[in-house]
Amino acid sequence: MSHGEVLVQGGRVLDAAGDRLADVRVVDGLIAEVGAGLTPTLGATVLDAHGCVVAPGLVDIQVHFREPGREDSETIETGSRAAALGGCTAVVCMPNTDPPIDDAAVVQSVLDRARAVGLCDVHPAGCITKGRRGEELAPIGELYDLGVRVFTDDGDCVADALVMRHAFEYAAALPGAVLAQHAEDPALVRDGHMHEGAWSARLGIPGRPAEAESTIVARDLQLARLTGGRYHVLHLSCAASAALVRAAKADGVRVTAECTPQHLVLTDESCAHFDPAFKMNPPLREPADVDALRAALLDGTIDAIATDHAPHTAESKDVPFEEAPPGMLGVETALAVVLTTLVEPGILTLAQAVGALSWRPARVVGLDAAGHGGPIVAGRAANLCVIDPAHTWSVDAARLASKSRNSPWDGWKLTGKVRHTLYHGRPTVRDSEPTR
Amino acid sequence: MKHLLSVDDLGGRAGIESMLDLTDSFLEVTQRDIPKVPALRGKTVVSLFYENSTRTRLSFETAAKRLSADTMTFSVSTSSVNKGESLLDTVQTIDAMGVDAIVVRHSAAGAPHRVASWSSARVINAGDGCHEHPTQALLDAFTLRRHRGPSLDGCRIAIVGDVRHSRVARSDVIAFHALGCELTLVGPPTLMPERLDGWPVAVTSDLDEVLPDVDVVYLLRIQRERIGQALFPSLREYAARWGLSAERAARCKPDTLVMHPGPMNRGIEISGEVADSARSLVAEQVANGVAVRMAVLWSLLGSGGPFV
Repeated sequence: MSHGEVLVQGGRVLDAAGDRLADVRVVDGLIAEVGAGLTPTLGATVLDAHGCVVAPGLVDIQVHFREPGREDSETIETGSRAAALGGCTAVVCMPNTDPPIDDAAVVQSVLDRARAVGLCDVHPAGCITKGRRGEELAPIGELYDLGVRVFTDDGDCVADALVMRHAFEYAAALPGAVLAQHAEDPALVRDGHMHEGAWSARLGIPGRPAEAESTIVARDLQLARLTGGRYHVLHLSCAASAALVRAAKADGVRVTAECTPQHLVLTDESCAHFDPAFKMNPPLREPADVDALRAALLDGTIDAIATDHAPHTAESKDVPFEEAPPGMLGVETALAVVLTTLVEPGILTLAQAVGALSWRPARVVGLDAAGHGGPIVAGRAANLCVIDPAHTWSVDAARLASKSRNSPWDGWKLTGKVRHTLYHGRPTVRDSEPTR
Repeated sequence: MKHLLSVDDLGGRAGIESMLDLTDSFLEVTQRDIPKVPALRGKTVVSLFYENSTRTRLSFETAAKRLSADTMTFSVSTSSVNKGESLLDTVQTIDAMGVDAIVVRHSAAGAPHRVASWSSARVINAGDGCHEHPTQALLDAFTLRRHRGPSLDGCRIAIVGDVRHSRVARSDVIAFHALGCELTLVGPPTLMPERLDGWPVAVTSDLDEVLPDVDVVYLLRIQRERIGQALFPSLREYAARWGLSAERAARCKPDTLVMHPGPMNRGIEISGEVADSARSLVAEQVANGVAVRMAVLWSLLGSGGPFV
């Protein structure tokens, strides 16, 4: 993959080490030089970054690209393009496909398809259990040998404590492997469609209590301690879970956690008009939970922001709230939503926001070793994202690159946009347009 | 008011009271020798019922006919819904026929809101999941006002039973509270809403404690399927603790009234003796349903002039 020279000119380079005004010269997919006043060689592609932040490419560790099985709602190609527009150079896609990613052949097919598309790294997560049925272990070792590091039955919780214990014990033999849990006790959320709280009681919509999450998180943290296993909480959504993870981290348990932009911004009140765009699992919670998640992100309890990008066709969402599938789009809008709702009001610094979207999630899943999440120094893979923090735009769900339209942010005016994305030195997004 | 999806759409006390006043006029119409007026001639009202219902659907259709509207019934068992047609497609099909109002009953909360967003017709919620049943609340308030009115200020009402799963209770609480009533919810804690923030109600699980003080005992229908959901142990235990037996009713004030939205489980939430007693307004609630629905249809579809 030779792409010649690309010079990213005039931006402020930002990575985990800090920020400085510098140009970035990229040659043949690698960062060749970072410094002030670099001049392009003849024939180089020059990308303007004046007024922009040059950051490591973003890493979204929870997306659903629906391939194989539900290519009517998203494909690896459309999802990758949406991810690139959102500034991503790597994503981890969830295994609740059809067939599920519980088999080496399915892993290989996702990897092959992602490589052919070539817009970003797509790392399949593997199932913890066969068929995501929560009973027998999936071939975790075989999937690991193909590079899988994240194991999860996401969409469903591994409800059986003994199965989860054995998964922890088994995966302990595989360095870098992490068990990621969709923490919602299926018995406590049975028939529920939104957060159980004042709004669900008023609307007559059966609820999914926060305790369905925190009880599973508490159990799994005990099992992680018992087994020495690595545990990751997917889309952590409530104050009680954040407190449990905080205490466990202080206690030396090997735990990481992520939360989504929507859980950092929206509340259960969004469901008041019965719009299925706001239906997701775990559900949007209460203002006190939003505050707790923000605090947990700031103090490091929550390691990463991930989107749980969950495309659904218009047909499946154009139904009554209780009949709609859970999930919303996110990969293309996450950075802008975070910049607008958390950085602009001064809740997070820009560096904290980019860190939570880039180098911190990269470390959670081991993708820092694969050239993602910086640092932006000579010799590293040129996975970069150039962010114009002043660019204002309105989200039009119909114009998103995703194949689906179920964005809760439709119509929102956002500040901050990805101007260019470089994936191994090749522009996948240039001047906010996909290059292909 | 564009649609009647929630009691909130009526516009608080003033809006509810003016609807009840209008109902008075239509009650007079229903008592004439020829109980029919040409008020909605040329208008078409469709009832779109995704749940079994006898009284509500008949009540709406009777109301529409007495206003001279044309009526169509779309009942799920005989429709193309059985061929897999979605609610959206069904609504767009009905809409394409140029109807003026759609009366919707659905097992999912908020389904009428979705219908309203897809259709150019006026939409009336005839019961959506556990959310609301606004015309039931209107007929309950109307019936009570005829006995305790014109003002219901300070009227003490106990709503007894499965409030958690009751659309009737949610609408009644809004309406009765707006009209100045004092409300107490009574039943096993498993059948109370999980959270009551913002509900203008007192809550107790002790029916006997509240009976001597209330002006109205409003009983909700109890469903056998709640036993399978581990919400209470048995109908026998429910009846013993929360059923309004004749002995319990005797501990009420002499003029305490008994209401029930129907259909009743005699011998469970209400004894047959109480249901048929002089205290009971159950039959009158049904009778008043037609006039209430005439008032609602007229408010949404009428010219605004006199309806004669």
